[in-house]
Amino acid sequence: MTKTISFILNGDEISCDIQDHWTLLHLLREELGLIGTKEGCGNGECGACTVIVDQLAVNSCLYLAADVQGKQVQTIEGLAVHTGSLHPIQQSFVDNGGIQCGFCTPGMIMSAKALLDKDPKADQEAVKHALAGNICRCTGYVQILDSVAAAGRQMAKNQGEGAAAAKDPGTITQQSMNKKAGEVIT
Amino acid sequence: MKPFTLLTPATVEEAVALFGQHKETARYMAGGTDVIVKVKEGWMGPDYLINLKKIPGLNDLHKNEATGELSIGALVTHAMLEQSLLIRNAYPIIYDAVSNIGSLQVRNMGTIGGNLINAVPSADGAIPLIALDGTALLVGPDGERSVMVKDLFVKPYETVLTPGEILTRITIPAQVPRTGSAYIKFGRRAAMELPLIGIGVLLVVDEDLSTCTRARICLGVAGPTPLRAVKAEQMLEGQPVTSDLLTGAGKLAAEESQVRDSVRGQAWHRKEMIRVQVRRMGLRCLDIINQKARQA
Repeated sequence: MTKTISFILNGDEISCDIQDHWTLLHLLREELGLIGTKEGCGNGECGACTVIVDQLAVNSCLYLAADVQGKQVQTIEGLAVHTGSLHPIQQSFVDNGGIQCGFCTPGMIMSAKALLDKDPKADQEAVKHALAGNICRCTGYVQILDSVAAAGRQMAKNQGEGAAAAKDPGTITQQSMNKKAGEVIT
Repeated sequence: MKPFTLLTPATVEEAVALFGQHKETARYMAGGTDVIVKVKEGWMGPDYLINLKKIPGLNDLHKNEATGELSIGALVTHAMLEQSLLIRNAYPIIYDAVSNIGSLQVRNMGTIGGNLINAVPSADGAIPLIALDGTALLVGPDGERSVMVKDLFVKPYETVLTPGEILTRITIPAQVPRTGSAYIKFGRRAAMELPLIGIGVLLVVDEDLSTCTRARICLGVAGPTPLRAVKAEQMLEGQPVTSDLLTGAGKLAAEESQVRDSVRGQAWHRKEMIRVQVRRMGLRCLDIINQKARQA
């Protein structure tokens, strides 16, 4: 069955027609063309499809598109600002070699972001606990953990400078929430 | 994935009525972390999915301060339990069990009710609720009924729920003072893995902080359904709890279990781990009790 849903995607309000059985992953990749979010196992075991819905990291391959009605969704595409500067977590993955083939990276970064947004000072155990559902088959876990730790330090520093909101494009501001997009896809 | 129509009732009654309308062509869905996988894999192919997530109150978690009863709505997610200070402080056995279910992404979606209804022999969520003498409230076409969580399971993937019934909440009776509880998901790794064996122990001791007045030893993956090692519990009750007595209870629990060989592990290994972990979890219960007594 087709229905129309409205939600906030990376800060922009959108509405689109969906089928009941579509997953959020299908909606993002196949209908909206946001292919940064990856499909690995399709069963919630690998974490490659991780996105953030209302501040919570979820497997978009198991999340029904219909369930994002009225919610805020963040994907990897929402992290870098349009001028090209990367989010501190993305920059940290580049700087610390947290990327090998790159397939798990968007999911890793979204899991890390859900954690660091709440607690940039999360210790390594907390990082491991939060990232346990993200599998890297290149097995570059040490560099990934280093990247998240360094990003956390940077984000804590930014927060300390009171600049977090300005430097974090992934945080949805009131202004962007109020933006009227009214864009209808399909 | 096979297409289906998603129905989103606003009340439990409406959900039950929708099921009555569509019968076996409909399935209920809570967090979706099991149902969606089964639909994707073709293990089930409902024409209608009845989404329970939008029913107000089903994800309510609270303790009634007057009665001391804990009420866990069936749609409470594992992550909500994991992050609740009330659970962490007063019901450590629940915290231990839910904090390693799947991954954080799964725990943010998956619900305690769904974990019970899925009825896998390894259900981490069931063990603590059995140890805590939890009761499940079921609502169906013929009204409401209550079933002890320990009596909920018939065999793998099958519960006592009749067609159309919905598990709406789990209630845990007031905890007696000097209660300690602990759970271990024992396996090669905790995340994204089913346990080799799951062991939950709950002990209540007398004012002497030693004599056991109530013992619960609950095992997962030790039989077709989660089970209680009743003989081992009886061995502890009425006795001063010592490390040696817990070793004896562990041995008895291993004998009582119905472990078997599977791809994940051998029966003899599972028995050994029950023996060892019942003692360790028992000691952890005593630690918790003593720590609380010192604080009081």
